[in-house]
Amino acid sequence: MSVSFARRDFLKASAAAGGGLALEFSFPVLANAARGTPATEVNAWVVIHPDDRVVVRIARSEMGQGTYTALAQLVAEELDCDWAKVTAEFASPNEHVRRKRIWGSMSTGGSQGVRGSHDYVRKAGAAAREMLVSAAAAQWKVPPAECSADKGVITHGPSKRRLRYGQVAAQAAKLDPPRDVALRDPKDWKIAGKPLHRLDIPDKVLGKPVFGTDVMLPGMLHASIAQCPVFGGKVKAVDSAEAERMRGVKKIVRAADFVAVVADSWWRANEALKKAKVEWDAGAHGAASDETILAMLREGLADPKAASAKRSGDAAGALATAAKVVEAEYSSPYLNHATMEPQVCTAWVKPDGFVEVWTSTQNGEASMAAAAETAGVPLEKVEVHKMMLGGGFGRRGAPQDFVKQGVAIAMAMPGKPVKMMWSREEDMQHGYYRPASLVRMRGGLDARGGVVAFEAKIACPSILSYLMPGSVRNGIDFTAVRTLHDMPYEIANQQVDYAMRNGHVPVGFWRAPGQQNGVYRECFLDELAHAAGKDPLQFRLDMLKAGDKNRLVLEAAAKAAGWGTPLAPGVGRGLAVVNGFGSYAAGVAEVSVDPSGALKVLRYVVAIDSGHVVNPDSCAAQAESNAVYGLGALFEANTVKDGRVQESNFHDFPLPMIGEMPRVELVLVPTGGFWGGHGEPGILPFQAAVLNAVFAATGKRVRTLPIRPGDLKRA
Amino acid sequence: MLKLTVNGRGHAVDVEPEMPLLWVLRDHLGLPGAKYGCGISQCGSCTVLADGEAVRSCILTAGQAVGRKIVTIEGLGKPGLHRLQKAWIEHEVPQCGYCQTGMIMAAAALLAKKPRPTDADIDDAMTNLCRCGTYARVRKAIHAAAAPVATVTPVNKA
Ligand code: FES
Ligand code: FES
Repeated sequence: MSVSFARRDFLKASAAAGGGLALEFSFPVLANAARGTPATEVNAWVVIHPDDRVVVRIARSEMGQGTYTALAQLVAEELDCDWAKVTAEFASPNEHVRRKRIWGSMSTGGSQGVRGSHDYVRKAGAAAREMLVSAAAAQWKVPPAECSADKGVITHGPSKRRLRYGQVAAQAAKLDPPRDVALRDPKDWKIAGKPLHRLDIPDKVLGKPVFGTDVMLPGMLHASIAQCPVFGGKVKAVDSAEAERMRGVKKIVRAADFVAVVADSWWRANEALKKAKVEWDAGAHGAASDETILAMLREGLADPKAASAKRSGDAAGALATAAKVVEAEYSSPYLNHATMEPQVCTAWVKPDGFVEVWTSTQNGEASMAAAAETAGVPLEKVEVHKMMLGGGFGRRGAPQDFVKQGVAIAMAMPGKPVKMMWSREEDMQHGYYRPASLVRMRGGLDARGGVVAFEAKIACPSILSYLMPGSVRNGIDFTAVRTLHDMPYEIANQQVDYAMRNGHVPVGFWRAPGQQNGVYRECFLDELAHAAGKDPLQFRLDMLKAGDKNRLVLEAAAKAAGWGTPLAPGVGRGLAVVNGFGSYAAGVAEVSVDPSGALKVLRYVVAIDSGHVVNPDSCAAQAESNAVYGLGALFEANTVKDGRVQESNFHDFPLPMIGEMPRVELVLVPTGGFWGGHGEPGILPFQAAVLNAVFAATGKRVRTLPIRPGDLKRA
Repeated sequence: MLKLTVNGRGHAVDVEPEMPLLWVLRDHLGLPGAKYGCGISQCGSCTVLADGEAVRSCILTAGQAVGRKIVTIEGLGKPGLHRLQKAWIEHEVPQCGYCQTGMIMAAAALLAKKPRPTDADIDDAMTNLCRCGTYARVRKAIHAAAAPVATVTPVNKA
């Protein structure tokens, strides 16, 4: 099949700009295959040019985690092509639907990019290779078994004749795909498993237009949006007379729950939006505050009818007879993803009713569904161009609020492409936040310091009930109980209960959803170890079965970090182990706390067993990323007053800066046989390891996040 | 009409003088390399060079940019790649990449002033925010791109 996505051709469009210049725009991540020489689609994943360039189609999104490259590596590995000639492009969601979802899942979350698609992408690469070899064999009239392929060249063994992939691709595409293909043993990998340069980096370093916010189309307009500051509120009245008169303003769009200004530049739209006088109907939640939210969670802890997430043995009985009982409450606040690129969606409602969307999305298919629903057209009449994401972390997957708004605004401007971008203020105050949570734990020790009972009661909003209500089972949202109801530790008597308390603040999948539970559990384990008078490492190892991969990574991290070796004065060391997202992760942190209470994380050693490793350098980058994201979460909070989020920008939601970055050392201990993720596991043990190190350094237990200035000040 | 010099070329743009340079670049000149992250000089995603100094184009108005030589990421290495861009690629610095053009421009200004910056110099000059946490690699790439003492030449003057 020769490739032609006609809808995309206009992407390389000329536009008359403000200064009267004719500018040429092209988006590097889209439609490479369609340009230049005729390319051949050998199968849905593999497009080959006559000059042997290979374009691998990628269905998952790229938000910096490296999936775009890792998946291309897996395809190229089985394809046996020349990696130097490989590029990638995003698969088209519209094509995806037309071809009965041929590219598998487009959802990009839960560290699923590689672990959720390694099988079918490798098979696609292997199938394409077989077809290419068969085409060459047919041309030579020899059995395919006498031919081999390497680096994009097929060789006929006996005669030493050679053909390049580019020479046989067109013939190969006409063959029936093989029914079954053998996949290479990872120990024989040549392209996968190697720290190859990421394919998306050069364009990003050159400043090419790859992000959703970079979209430029002929005649495009810009929109800025204001939603009711109180979640769930509505627009009551708008006085837009002044805004309408402002320079460049084309339209004020009023919807039930937002007001947007469309203008000829984003700044003009946003300035006019500031002048639009919007009266909001706050709805039922205008009085909600941190206090009412905490009271709601506290009431949840007291709820005798909380849902049961785990019962084994008799925790209450064992606690009653334990030699020692330790009890503690931990809590953490709502947190915004704060992707560096705000939410953005460009939409264009064509005269024929076709809706074209360009957006930074973690799920192209969900974006398409949101656009179709908003525009009231069937899926076939929507195309979504997946742009590179300026960060995702879970914000741009399930909600798709930005696509619905973008399309609604474009519908008010038919025939014109409109790029809607949120201001940072809007982004900070209209997130799908990491749930605030409050957890009480009790642990019972026997006379020898062994743990005989563990009990946890969790009160927090449920992400699933907001975003995927069908997935809540018997009152249990697995993201709310994760890490507490499925502990690897051998403790005979356990009870975990969940009191779902939803509140009015929207919640969502924030990097490693449920990760707070890991913080609480591993900090509490430290408290138990201390109460038992035991070394935190040995205390944990004593409860982990031989062969448990949690044990393996814990030992690997402890060894790499030099657990038990002397530290400089004032420096404390702490550890934690948490599995999740298909992988096992253990971390050791070293911290110092100065007399004023300033905390510095000096070093974070994290050992991860993800089964297989596709790009070790991308894994290292993710370990660094998770450390910084986790570090921020120790200090950041979104607080609520008068029903609204108080923080509005980075001045009151500070991110860690370069000088705060700890030295991060990733120890990869892949044991094979399974596929785990890397986008999230690195954060799982981070905060607990740091807080346990804080205790080691200062004797202070941090149980309430965020850490506020002065919390760690020496008395 | 305001007369701006961007990447060595003159442009006459019909914008109000109080429009921040960022939006002139992005929406009027078709140069999207400088990014919007906060609009209030907190994040550095919008960093460009003005007469060789790193400035945050979200708060530098078009009027203030008149008469200054503006360099954006699109014009940084012309012709070819700037050594910082090479180091950035070599050390795989970007994750999502959104903050990175601003990081590179801030680093370019730093190297122009301090050809061999210390870690402390980097901490002081690189006040850009990165939500993805690329800081260790930013530091590594700056050190890699820093010129050996003997061969220092001024860079990044438009
Ligand atoms: S956008 Fe200019 S500093 Fe953030
Ligand atoms: S690389 Fe994503 S914000 Fe810096």
